[in-house]
Amino acid sequence: MSLPATRSPELKTNPSHMKFEKLRGTFGYSLTILSVFIILLAVISIYIFVFSKGLSTFFVDKLHLWDFLSGTEWNPTRSEEAGGPVFGVFAFIYGSFVVTFLAAAIAAPIGIGSAIFMTEIAPKWGRKLLQPVVELLVGIPSVVYGFTGLTLLVPFIREHIGGLGFSLLAGVIVLSIMILPTITSISVDTLLTVSPEIKAGSYALGATRWQTIWRLIMRASAPGFVTAVIFGMARAFGEALAVQMVIGNSKRMPTSLLDPGSTITSVITMNMGNTVPGTLENNVLWSLALILLLMSTVFIFAVRLIGQRGRLMS
Amino acid sequence: MDCVSEVLSGEATHQPRWFGSLGAPQALQERLAERAQDVPAVKAETDVAIETRDLHVYYGKNHALKGINITFYKNEITALIGPSGCGKSTYLRSLNRMNDTIPTAKTTGHILLNGEDLNRPDIDVWALRKRVGMVFQRPNPFNKSIYENIAFAPRFHGIKKKSTLDDVVEEALRRAALWDEVKDRLHESAFALSGGQQQRLCIARALAIEPDVLLLDEPAAALDPISTAKIEELLLDLKKRYTVIIVTHNMQQAARISDRTAFFYEGELIEYNPTHKLFTNPDKQATEDYVSGRFG
Ligand SMILES: Nc1ncnc2c1ncn2[C@@H]1O[C@H](COP(=O)(O)OP(=O)(O)OP(=O)(O)O)[C@@H](O)[C@H]1O
Ligand SMILES: [Mg+2]
Repeated sequence: MSLPATRSPELKTNPSHMKFEKLRGTFGYSLTILSVFIILLAVISIYIFVFSKGLSTFFVDKLHLWDFLSGTEWNPTRSEEAGGPVFGVFAFIYGSFVVTFLAAAIAAPIGIGSAIFMTEIAPKWGRKLLQPVVELLVGIPSVVYGFTGLTLLVPFIREHIGGLGFSLLAGVIVLSIMILPTITSISVDTLLTVSPEIKAGSYALGATRWQTIWRLIMRASAPGFVTAVIFGMARAFGEALAVQMVIGNSKRMPTSLLDPGSTITSVITMNMGNTVPGTLENNVLWSLALILLLMSTVFIFAVRLIGQRGRLMS
Repeated sequence: MDCVSEVLSGEATHQPRWFGSLGAPQALQERLAERAQDVPAVKAETDVAIETRDLHVYYGKNHALKGINITFYKNEITALIGPSGCGKSTYLRSLNRMNDTIPTAKTTGHILLNGEDLNRPDIDVWALRKRVGMVFQRPNPFNKSIYENIAFAPRFHGIKKKSTLDDVVEEALRRAALWDEVKDRLHESAFALSGGQQQRLCIARALAIEPDVLLLDEPAAALDPISTAKIEELLLDLKKRYTVIIVTHNMQQAARISDRTAFFYEGELIEYNPTHKLFTNPDKQATEDYVSGRFG
């Protein structure tokens, strides 16, 4: 069966116009592909570079992985008679984890609490007042946090709590304030996804506001809160400058929160200027960078996993 | 307002034209006639479930309800009808003080449940909402399992024992005619249910706290015809135990299931009568125009 030819002129294709459209489509397509390609390239190069540098400590310089990870002595300048330089980074890994977890433990309840205040208790003025405060906290550069901590916090700890002031505790406090806005804003976003209809359903069953918040809104938002805390921890784990300014940068294993210590990041920033590329001392710093990279990968996967589980539940 | 007075002053013709616009006129007419005997214009005081006297609701300056007097009787279904924005939902929400959750809303007048005025500041609204349950237009199950959706309210109303809770959940699901469909997957997410099942779950959730009065705001508006039929059947069954008040835009639905109907227009109650009367021989011209589809 043959169909009649198109009779309406406005429906007929205009060859030159079509050609232009096609060209434009191809151009736009290539542009987006190119952007994706650049991002992938950047990520892949970073991984390859950090891996090759970081692993050469063990494959080229033949340091034992276990000695490196579990050793508590760090002495790049130890004399040959005494056994040569030692690079045990356990104290730094320990420092990183301690300040990260403690900072999260302080910031999580405060961040989630203020998020609930902003969305549920005083959605009108609470958010109007606190939203800009939170945004402000995000925008403050870390050197300002560090400087403030150094000037106010360190002397305060020295005089009122004890020790030198430069301590894990100072790092914990500075970090907890730095990650507070991250945790708060992600928690607010999570809480805002609980629909008003669901809340109305709860009130209509005779639930009080607190019962609704505790038994319904908090539970529904739990995966989001975990995501918020993990993002906060990722930020704390990776923060270098502010921590370095207040933590004391001692290479020894800290035995209390009031002892000075180091984190993986602070060791890298403190030492990278003093080492020559290609030397063991420099490669060891890359190995530390590799640990940071792996940890941030773990954080991201954790967040993805929780996101997926949350979606499956709903 | 002008529109009302214009319509009201119009001449009443008392022809049940609305049948023309409805599906199966014969069957419906018979059904209405059949029920005419069961629904006297006024019942005894002891049959009163809940009533409002001179109820006004304001949203800021918007006077949304203007002095509504309605008496609802026990074990009856009362339908609230009227064009969009006339205040049906507002009225329904005032009956369990859900308007309290809207910051701009202000309610004056009396709401009497067993002779007790519910619209007083010293009334415990949480205890009140336990006695006056509510179901919304869009099914709104919680992000929890089927079981936990039902057990949610009984838990904080004091039932802690697992076996008692199990019984409460089963009984509520049975009354909502959902038990057979979900008994094997009580601990799966409520979101896995169909829209109609979710709405029956919400009804079950409201029944689990043993209310006296059940308010439903267009409970079938978001559902397909088969689910709607199931809900209607369920409501006819529920009125044996509860007083049911339902907002509906579906004139046939009101005619099919309700014993009494209240017609609202622009915040006023135009007519409140037994359903058979309101649909076949209304007192007001405006009512007739509305039910026959002339406006609204
Ligand atoms: N939360 C609210 N805040 C302010 N005004 C409201 C609110 N809810 C309803 N109103 C106003 O009150 C009036 C009655 O609204 P209501 O929702 O009760 O009407 P309705 O009869 O239920 O309409 P529909 O059939 O569309 O659901 C309308 O003028 C509406 O704008
Ligand atoms: Mg409504």
